[in-house]
Amino acid sequence: MDPASKLSVDIFKNDEEAHIIIRQEICRQCELKPCLRICPAGLYSISEESGEILIEYTGCLECGSCRVVCPCGALAWSYPRGGFGVQYRYG
Amino acid sequence: MERIDAVVVGGGLAGLTCAYCLAREDIQVLVLERGDHPGSKNVTGGRIYLRPLRPYLPELWEAAPLERAVTKEVITMLGQGSSLTMQFTSDRFRESPAHSYTILRSRFDKWLGERVVEKGGFVVPQRRVIDLMKDDGRIVGVVSDGEEIRADVVIAADGTLSLMAEQAGLRGPLAPCHAAVALKEVIRLAPEVIEERFGLNPGEGAAHLFFGAITPGLFGGGFLYTNRETLSLGLVLGIESFLESKPPLETHRIFEAFKERQEIAHLIKGGELAEYSAHLIPEGGNKPLPKPYGDGIVVVGDAAGLALNMGITVRGMEFAIASGYMAAQTVKKAKERGDFSASTLALYQTLLKESFVLKDMETFRHSLEALENPRMTGLYPQWACKILEEIFWIGEGPKQRISTTVWKGARQGVLNLQALKDLLMLRRI
Repeated sequence: MDPASKLSVDIFKNDEEAHIIIRQEICRQCELKPCLRICPAGLYSISEESGEILIEYTGCLECGSCRVVCPCGALAWSYPRGGFGVQYRYG
Repeated sequence: MERIDAVVVGGGLAGLTCAYCLAREDIQVLVLERGDHPGSKNVTGGRIYLRPLRPYLPELWEAAPLERAVTKEVITMLGQGSSLTMQFTSDRFRESPAHSYTILRSRFDKWLGERVVEKGGFVVPQRRVIDLMKDDGRIVGVVSDGEEIRADVVIAADGTLSLMAEQAGLRGPLAPCHAAVALKEVIRLAPEVIEERFGLNPGEGAAHLFFGAITPGLFGGGFLYTNRETLSLGLVLGIESFLESKPPLETHRIFEAFKERQEIAHLIKGGELAEYSAHLIPEGGNKPLPKPYGDGIVVVGDAAGLALNMGITVRGMEFAIASGYMAAQTVKKAKERGDFSASTLALYQTLLKESFVLKDMETFRHSLEALENPRMTGLYPQWACKILEEIFWIGEGPKQRISTTVWKGARQGVLNLQALKDLLMLRRI
């Protein structure tokens, strides 16, 4: 099962405001791009047009692993605003 | 502006326990929880051991919404296409009150939040804290989505990532060597099916750990806990070791490969995915935050790095609850003295040191050095499974003596200096 199908069973309350923003000017200098493989929800991808890293913040499970692995500090990272984001029913 | 006694950032086990203990002493306490209710952002493996907690909070457990009393401990070591499973049970696990329970946090933490409110504490959901308020170096409150809330003491109970501990200058940003990432599926299955499949009496549960070829050469492992009507199936990966892994796999693909192993597939067969979650676990070499307090702040639970990997058991929730209890004891003393400076709040660390929390963490301080060894999940499980395969295999030709098979296998795999060193390292667990 791919991550996207798994996320479809979760409850998300999506904010219009992104809680993770990629500072592309810093991100561009990173060769490792560990965000691409650490994210349990597989939300990071590379844009075919620009080659830049993209994030689909609405499926975020809020684990914070991307913040931990980002080697250059390219992420402006916060939790979603109160009342938004994933709402676990089991946990 | 009005000032309250204590503000707790985060409605998890540590924060809520602290608030519960403060509220019953008539100390004003406000819990700010960013989710829809306490527990809605929380994830556990998981299982909670109650014995260490009964001396502190004896009254809390009778009505608590726990899942199954664990009576069966199972460990599976996996090679490539082979595995060895050990199973242990004891009547002692069936004695009342039970030794440990499986638990789902969304339900449990919501219930604990209600107990806080019952004692007169305030729990405000949908409130994210983004900043600490500082005055001349000391913490004097928090900023929550635009609103300033002043308090004599801030309890940072905001989990492994703890942005509060970071902002308070008690540690730097969490590094890959300090954390593991856990991926988990909750899988719905009828209670009768769970009991029959795992060989359990009604209400009893199993805890099943997996290590070896599912995370070859990586620090990590799998877990499966039986809940009342669901299974919690998950995989833990040490982030530093994951980053160094070759080939560079994705976390969710390692998890899928784990699920596809026939040892797992038959256990979850017919189950329906109910939830997918991910969470960070403190794995900083079993080393807690060196100074979990400061002027006007106390750090509790995962935020203070209070979690322990002892190899066959992984613990965090008891430490969270006990640390919340001890933080509350400390705040009570500070309020009596009218002094919330670091010198008074240092009592918190003293209490932790006198309790099982820091005693256990000290005892097992070096256990991760043995467990992080890549051969523990790579070479050795593969080697042991290979020998067992040779022993059980009857081929076309004549069979060797079992002792010869073992001896030859040992010479190929473990009769060397490296293996002897690794064996000696195991004393640290």
